[in-house]
Amino acid sequence: MSSTNNAPPSTAAASKRPKYSKFTQQELPACKPILTPRWVISAFMLISIIFVPIGVAALFASRDVIEIVDRYDSVCVPANETDKVKYIQTPGFKTCNRTLTVPKHMKPPIFVYYQLDNFYQNHRRYVKSRNDQQLRDSKEANSVSGCKPEDYNNNSAIVPCGLIAWSLFNDTYSFSRKNVPLNVSKKDISWKSDREHKFGKDVYPQNFQSGSLIGGAKLDSSIPLSEQEDLVVWMRTAALPTFRKLYGRIEVELQENDVIDVTLGNNYNTYSFNGKKKLVISTTSWLGGKNDFLGIAYLTVGGLCFFLAVMFTIIYLVKPRQLGDPSYLSWNRNPGWH
Amino acid sequence: MSDVAPFGDFVEKSRTVLGNLVDMTRDISWSELLTFWCGFNHQDDTFSWGSYLRVVYCNDPDNVGAVSRNYPGNYVSTTRYSLVNFIPKSLFEQFRRVANLYFLAIACVSYSPVAPFTPLSTFAPLVIVVGAAMTKEALEDWRRRKQDINANNRKVEVYCRKDHEFQVTRWKNVRVGNVVKVCKDQYFPADLFLLSSSYVDGICYVDTMNLDGETNLKLKQSLDVTSVIKDEKSLEAFDAVINCEKPNGNLFSFAGMLKYGGRDYPLSLRQILLRGSKLKNTDFIYGVAVFTGHDTKVMQNATNPPSKRSKIERKMDKIIYILFSILILISCIGSVIYGIETRRDLDGRRMRRWYLRPDESTSLFDPKRAPLSAFLHFLTGLMLYNYLIPISLYVSIEIVKVLQVVFINQDQEMYHKETNKPSRARTSNLNDDLGQVNTILSDKTGTLTCNSMEFVKCSIGGVAYGQTETEVERALARRDAESSNIDEEVPAGMAGRDMQPAPSKRRIKGFNFRDDRIMDGEWGNQENAEVIREFFRALATCHTVIPAIDRSTKEQFYEAESPDEAAFVVAAREIGFEFLDRKQTFITLLERDFRSGRHVNRKISILDILEYTSTRKRMSVIVRTEEGRLMLYSKGADSEMFKRLSEKGRRFETETMKDIKSYSQSGLRIMVVAYRELNEEEYRTWKEEIEEAKADLSADREEWVHAVADKIEKELILLGATAVEDKLQEGVQECIEMLAEAQINIWVLTGDKQETAINIGYACRLLRQQMQLIIVNLDLPEIVELERTKDREGIEAASVASVRNQLFEGMNRIALANKFDAQFGLIIDGKSLDCALSKKLEDLFLNLAGGCATVICCRSSPKQKALVTRLVKWKMGRTTVAVGDGANDVSMIQEADIGVGISGVEGMQAVLACDFSIAQFRFLERLLLVHGHWCYRRIAMMICYFFYKNIAFGFTLFWFEGYASFSGQPAYNDWYMSCFNVFFTSLPVIALGIFDQDVSAYLCLKYPFLYREGVKNILFSWHRILGWMANGLVSSVIIFFCMTNTMTYQALRKNGKVTDYEVLGIALYSSVVLAVNCQIALSINYFTWIHHLVIWGSIAFWYVFLMVYGSLSPTLSTTAYMAFLETSAPSILYWLCTVLLVATALLPYLSYRAFQMRFWPMPHDVIQQLHRDGAKGNDPGTNVPVGDERTPNEKLSCGGSGTP
Repeated sequence: MSSTNNAPPSTAAASKRPKYSKFTQQELPACKPILTPRWVISAFMLISIIFVPIGVAALFASRDVIEIVDRYDSVCVPANETDKVKYIQTPGFKTCNRTLTVPKHMKPPIFVYYQLDNFYQNHRRYVKSRNDQQLRDSKEANSVSGCKPEDYNNNSAIVPCGLIAWSLFNDTYSFSRKNVPLNVSKKDISWKSDREHKFGKDVYPQNFQSGSLIGGAKLDSSIPLSEQEDLVVWMRTAALPTFRKLYGRIEVELQENDVIDVTLGNNYNTYSFNGKKKLVISTTSWLGGKNDFLGIAYLTVGGLCFFLAVMFTIIYLVKPRQLGDPSYLSWNRNPGWH
Repeated sequence: MSDVAPFGDFVEKSRTVLGNLVDMTRDISWSELLTFWCGFNHQDDTFSWGSYLRVVYCNDPDNVGAVSRNYPGNYVSTTRYSLVNFIPKSLFEQFRRVANLYFLAIACVSYSPVAPFTPLSTFAPLVIVVGAAMTKEALEDWRRRKQDINANNRKVEVYCRKDHEFQVTRWKNVRVGNVVKVCKDQYFPADLFLLSSSYVDGICYVDTMNLDGETNLKLKQSLDVTSVIKDEKSLEAFDAVINCEKPNGNLFSFAGMLKYGGRDYPLSLRQILLRGSKLKNTDFIYGVAVFTGHDTKVMQNATNPPSKRSKIERKMDKIIYILFSILILISCIGSVIYGIETRRDLDGRRMRRWYLRPDESTSLFDPKRAPLSAFLHFLTGLMLYNYLIPISLYVSIEIVKVLQVVFINQDQEMYHKETNKPSRARTSNLNDDLGQVNTILSDKTGTLTCNSMEFVKCSIGGVAYGQTETEVERALARRDAESSNIDEEVPAGMAGRDMQPAPSKRRIKGFNFRDDRIMDGEWGNQENAEVIREFFRALATCHTVIPAIDRSTKEQFYEAESPDEAAFVVAAREIGFEFLDRKQTFITLLERDFRSGRHVNRKISILDILEYTSTRKRMSVIVRTEEGRLMLYSKGADSEMFKRLSEKGRRFETETMKDIKSYSQSGLRIMVVAYRELNEEEYRTWKEEIEEAKADLSADREEWVHAVADKIEKELILLGATAVEDKLQEGVQECIEMLAEAQINIWVLTGDKQETAINIGYACRLLRQQMQLIIVNLDLPEIVELERTKDREGIEAASVASVRNQLFEGMNRIALANKFDAQFGLIIDGKSLDCALSKKLEDLFLNLAGGCATVICCRSSPKQKALVTRLVKWKMGRTTVAVGDGANDVSMIQEADIGVGISGVEGMQAVLACDFSIAQFRFLERLLLVHGHWCYRRIAMMICYFFYKNIAFGFTLFWFEGYASFSGQPAYNDWYMSCFNVFFTSLPVIALGIFDQDVSAYLCLKYPFLYREGVKNILFSWHRILGWMANGLVSSVIIFFCMTNTMTYQALRKNGKVTDYEVLGIALYSSVVLAVNCQIALSINYFTWIHHLVIWGSIAFWYVFLMVYGSLSPTLSTTAYMAFLETSAPSILYWLCTVLLVATALLPYLSYRAFQMRFWPMPHDVIQQLHRDGAKGNDPGTNVPVGDERTPNEKLSCGGSGTP
């Protein structure tokens, strides 16, 4: 107001003074964590105190698991056969016998797995090559979208369609101990949700593996898909190119040094892509199967934190520093305007 | 909206008015283009003078001629969108951003088989992000629309010829040619031609606050011929035609011709009432609508101010480009490997990975055409890795900035009670730049000072009057008294803010003059009473002040264009020459006769007013006194006035010059007063000339008028000089000290004389006792000598050489003194600045200026101010803040990175052009040191964190590809991924951006050096950005590889079932979500309940989402069906794994910070620790004055400010 007397204040509009609130004045109560030495050392210490026992426990759990792994892909091909691919592709059931020795007492349930190597179940083309609707609903037998090239055969839809089902693993194992067959239970090897909600109880295989090129196992067309547990397991694709799939369960105890004879049907072609095939018999612990990595990792991180905690303690003990000492400000050492 | 073509003189343009709506979304900055024109007197080529393209048939809007011209109605729309075009237009605006366009492209391509995701999951986040931004736009536009509706439906009386009466109608119905009646305190509905008013002589007063922000009333006057039209009856017969210029945005000119009664009358701005202004002090007026609706000057003027982008945002773009490159690089790597793998799958008829059926291929997977497949896969990769580019970054930043603006606007500490003005952020783009300022370019008057002028001294007839001690004099006295410790009494804090000078007796605003020799009528007894009388008569007549009555107090006060002028009139009144009234042709003075002591009314006819402009730097009036003498009174800057003195008028020249010099040393504003008596003949010829010049309608009319005015303003007789004090604003000194401690360089660009500038510099502690001054000027004898010769080239060459020498000398002094830690202040005057800013010398000048803590440019013009700002900004690469309050600072404000307007007394131009407006200079300290620091810190941390989290996430996808033979299969379910940026990680980072504080506001102000974190850009250096990116990369490596080694092929649980694709996805994803959320919890300095809520809430939300989504029917949830509840959740391995990975992923950051704290702590770390240890829980909030904890402060500030 460039007047000699200011404009009348009486009629002035209401005060524009901002209202006070803790929010607008940015004064909300808050805790302000600061990385003080004590905090740092205790944090590291705390991590190591928690992690080391977990690591030890995990390691013990892993050690408790007894696991027999037998690679059979190369052994089960006759020695004189040079072209393994050709061998595996020749029709006919190829039996192979293996003997396994139980290293330690194994308590049931004992799980039988097959392990494939270098098999990309996570390949995009492969993962997508299925039709969930068809698997679930008997009325949807003709929805085969996404299943190419395993969608139709002789102009009728394939159930289950797609590459995953088509390449169903078809090696078989049967076990015997001292010529007494060991029963392998195939029940409940798949997830319940899969059986009940993803694979229909009234969906039956149809026109499956009837093409010129046969991928893998055939399915009994009188059993509904939800009961074809091998298929259900197989259809739950693995995340990584090396994977195990549950084959069955042995429900009897195996004693140390038991010798188990395995008669296996070596039918599945992993030879074209240099994939290994392994038969795995394993127990589980509370932590699952045998893998030391978790325990070691916990111990390593715990140890590292312990080391850091000790180191920081030493640093602060040997060369204590007044906290918040302004002389540590880098620009205080060379004043100037630049 | 942004019509770029008419690049007028950009200062003019910047006097932009209504609807300067901040456009946050505009990325293109016109400011560079605009600045290009700065310095050229560019003609506004949209307007061609002399050609009357518009014909207005007054009182006859239905005239055929008017109808055929099809003028737009008075309906006005300032909205950016309409209902119809909102969707397309705002969509277009959104997708002008490269990142959004990229996401749109991805979303569109997601319908093709190339896409790794389902289309819906790709669209959803984009829709949310774009939808949020569009909602914001829509809300803003809706607000504008409501204003429009309001404006269009205002009521106005329009004369209807048929019914011979005025009828009330709505604004939008006013048409060109309509006669309207506007009553007191109403706004004008359109640009009107003033026909007549309630006053006899057809004058009216207009409030133009909304247009140019000036608060004083403007006088408008109708032509004599039309001023007789006073009622409906006379209107009935009124018929006239106006020929005038095309619609244009120039608020300060109007050219036209009225054809009335067979004669032509030239029209000027004096008869035009602009839309947007308001009728005051006049009962009613009649006017003819000349321009309506969008043709009105105010609407023509409404352009958006140049949009500015902050430094951080510009850098952010670069980072986005880097991420794009990484994206392309990893897609390339992936597709090459994919191509090779695919080709190997089929060798003749032999299939390698037979389960993929390479013999029956599509183009996506075609071993026979592997390059094609690889290329398509490349596209897949571009989509798959799009998580490297944070889609929600822009929108999050916008949300955060809007809230930061709320904080600035709501800050009580920046509210000025006296003027009832809070601070206002007019744009939210620049919040973070506030934290990086290293040069402040400040105007002086009204910015450092109050701009409330007080008449303190005068020199009349060579005798100096006035005994008041000015603030500068006190400061100088203090400086002399204490030679060493200058900072003793007022600590850098908020003490002493509220002290007001105690009034001795009744204070009169604008008058602080004490001298018994001439007060109370004593002047009559002085030797030179005649001179004194003429002097005060001149002050009482030579002005454009309008007297007004304060409604509440019934006191008279003066409405003046500038406070100086009001001060002069008040001074004259106090001495005994009271200006009573202004009529059209005369003014009334109440003079006190010094002999008799009686009061005499004197009526003085005003013949001409030659107005003050910044180029003329003087104003004159020609009057006829009661005795019939023709007098010319003139006042102006000393440089202009002394040139125009006659030989015999120089009687007191030497003494007056001496006084002027001492006044300017005291920091006062000088005006020289002179007069001359004209003879009738001379005046008559001159009058003809000036009339002719004024009637001219060509482009150089103004120059012509000036030239003619020049002819009469000569041969003047010197009366004396006035000295007006402009008090320093409260707290300026402390603020400047604090800013200096934050190592912000302050440049003052002022129009003052060198001595004034230096003294003001001392008074506000810009210059300190121990500082060495480098003075560059051209007031050297040899240059002055040369100037007499009028040899332009010679003068120029000599000036350049002289300036160069002086600059070199200064450089040498700095180089020599550097060992001693000395500080320098550079003072340069306008003329030298012109040379120094030339291409040849600018580098030298900037080098020198860069070495000085304070730079004062005196006698600088608005153009130079802008030029200096531009040089500092571009050449020195500094972040600049320009602070100013007046129209002359607008160019500087728009040029600078951040323009800060002081919403003071000098109108609103600066405020309308600025980015932030504050009421007082001292608020700058809080704006920069607190808000700037926080905003910078928040935005910087936020962006770094954004990149961290997206890299951490995006790279897990890439690593997974390595295990999926780069087939393009994402590791996670589509919906997990789409929710990542929008739901699981966005709120914590927004909370960080809104609330985080490293130290409290109190500590920010206590330790100004903390601000240097921003100036040095420590928090957003490449070092740090890459550090965060590396952290993200390391996290992704740790998470992915530890996970794949832990959850391999072995049983996941006791039930013997193994990890599958979905379980691994959930495990990886959980670890990433947990790790990034815990990471932000670690980096937050200020943990409120909101943070707890959003951080832990985000994590919880992820698990809730997993459960809910997993429980939907398998048709919807596909692979995620029951994956969590049935498989992962009961697995101890899964939980142990997550805990391990989160802890491990945070370990690098934690140990880095621990080491950093120990060995090279950052400034805020030190302060945090200091106040945690030293004064635990003793952080006294913002209002407690500094006192008890001086010791650390001093210790710190010594090193901080670099004072020896």
